[in-house]
Amino acid sequence: MDDLYRDEILEHYRHPHNFGTLPEPDAVYEGSNPLCGDRITLMLGINDDGTVGEVAFTGRGCAISQASTSMLTDEIKGKPISELALLGKDDVLENLGIEISPARLKCALLSLDTLRRALASRVAWQASTDSDDSPAPATSAR
Amino acid sequence: MPPIDPQLIRADFPIFERDFGGRRLAYLDSAATSLKPRPVIDAVNDYNSRYTANVHRGIYTTGEEATAAYEAARVTAARFIGAPDHHEIVFVRNATEAINLVAYSWGRRNLRQADTIVLTELEHHANLVPWQLLSQEKDADLEFVAIDDDGRLNQQSFEVLLRTRPKLVAFTHVSNGIGTINPVKEMVAKAKAAGALVLIDGAQAVPHTAVDVVDLGCDFYVFSGHKVLGPTGSGALWARRELLEEMPPFMGGGEMIREVHLRRTTFNDVPWKFEAGTPDIAAAIGLGAALDYLTAIGMDHVRAHERALTGYALETLQEHVPDIQIYGPPSVDDRAGIVTFNLPGVHPHDVATLLDREAIAIRAGHHCTQPLHERLGETATCRASFNVYSDRDDIDRLAAGLRKVQRVFAGDGVATAPVAASR
Repeated sequence: MDDLYRDEILEHYRHPHNFGTLPEPDAVYEGSNPLCGDRITLMLGINDDGTVGEVAFTGRGCAISQASTSMLTDEIKGKPISELALLGKDDVLENLGIEISPARLKCALLSLDTLRRALASRVAWQASTDSDDSPAPATSAR
Repeated sequence: MPPIDPQLIRADFPIFERDFGGRRLAYLDSAATSLKPRPVIDAVNDYNSRYTANVHRGIYTTGEEATAAYEAARVTAARFIGAPDHHEIVFVRNATEAINLVAYSWGRRNLRQADTIVLTELEHHANLVPWQLLSQEKDADLEFVAIDDDGRLNQQSFEVLLRTRPKLVAFTHVSNGIGTINPVKEMVAKAKAAGALVLIDGAQAVPHTAVDVVDLGCDFYVFSGHKVLGPTGSGALWARRELLEEMPPFMGGGEMIREVHLRRTTFNDVPWKFEAGTPDIAAAIGLGAALDYLTAIGMDHVRAHERALTGYALETLQEHVPDIQIYGPPSVDDRAGIVTFNLPGVHPHDVATLLDREAIAIRAGHHCTQPLHERLGETATCRASFNVYSDRDDIDRLAAGLRKVQRVFAGDGVATAPVAASR
């Protein structure tokens, strides 16, 4: 059996988990792969104890990028954000559970890249609000 | 000469002897680069194994042979596109380099602030970005001919833009994105009447149809060798000789000089003034062999073959692939061997990945035409493109492959079987 498009991936693609937006996210980033036109906007709510609260994403793209994001949003919910920095390429590929060819790796890793940038933009914003009273960042760091 | 028999043609292309999980390759990405026939491979090998030498330098047998072969390829290229003088052919790496050469050399010298260059929404990035860079440097204006919903250039929009008295009009002969064959001759006549110079991007035209630059009436014509059965690293700029003579060098170095002193240099004659450094000699010789190969077949036969095949593809896909959305001109009279499409609900990259499992190669993405895709309202599309070696079997396999993709994504549990097991 060719499991590249195994049922779980197609299922996440057709019915993505955590699909939607958050009214007041603590971290947001819009990531894209301009070459394929994959695009996701990831929104995180962060609890006072430093764990991930609500997670939501919207997006458009191939089955691999959308399923990877859907799976990643499931995985990070409730986790301390300090642990998210430890998530790597292998975790994402393990979630997908399929062989990804080099040409499609960007599709698979868009979710992780967007998560990292969302967290980085939040850290940058916190650092700037700690030092002065600059306004909140735009909702997209792009 | 009889019409093309793809079976016979394919025997000249060694890649078809390779086994792809028990099948031959269904190569439907010829608009990206073409496959290479044996005479081209042999010509390159011959240069590399029998008479390797630099050109225009060696006073010895192989040096003279290399120079003769390189310059013979220039004569072949000139004849192939109807250039009256082979000194008007500048060898470059590809069409992109040719356009950049014109932008940097002609453009930097001649374009002034507030001058206008007219381009179109159909253009490949290669015929957009060099002009953006130039217009930013010169504070000049870019204007774009609109396209109609059927993918053809809106001639009214073109005529309105010509009233700006552009310095240059640059557009593609055939759209790499959706296959539109533009009415080049009429458009050149209109642009010339408005006082503009005209550059034609022939990258998708030269491989598929007879081209005569004199008949077209343009000033610059560019093409890539690797799309016309030649090696990568080969391509040509044609320009009228008086334009080339007025233009300053693009790059400095060896070969392009007549005399060099520490603080000044006089330049070589055209075209060598534009060929600084050791050129891709093997690729140019291979390009000559490719053009000879196509001349032997006859470009009218090539066009007739691809026209018929395109018609067959449009019919077959519409008939056998439900809901397929096809872009571009509906008539094969206005369309080269390019069929661009989408399957609703399936991203083109997923389509391409699943077809690859069937040894079918298509292009998925924006094909270096992002503005065109914005106009189509799509971020990406699938593209099947043909060449002399393509046949109905390729199309039939594509249609069957697309049905399979639809079944996978419709979720009736039929995943594709591995290539080797599904013979």
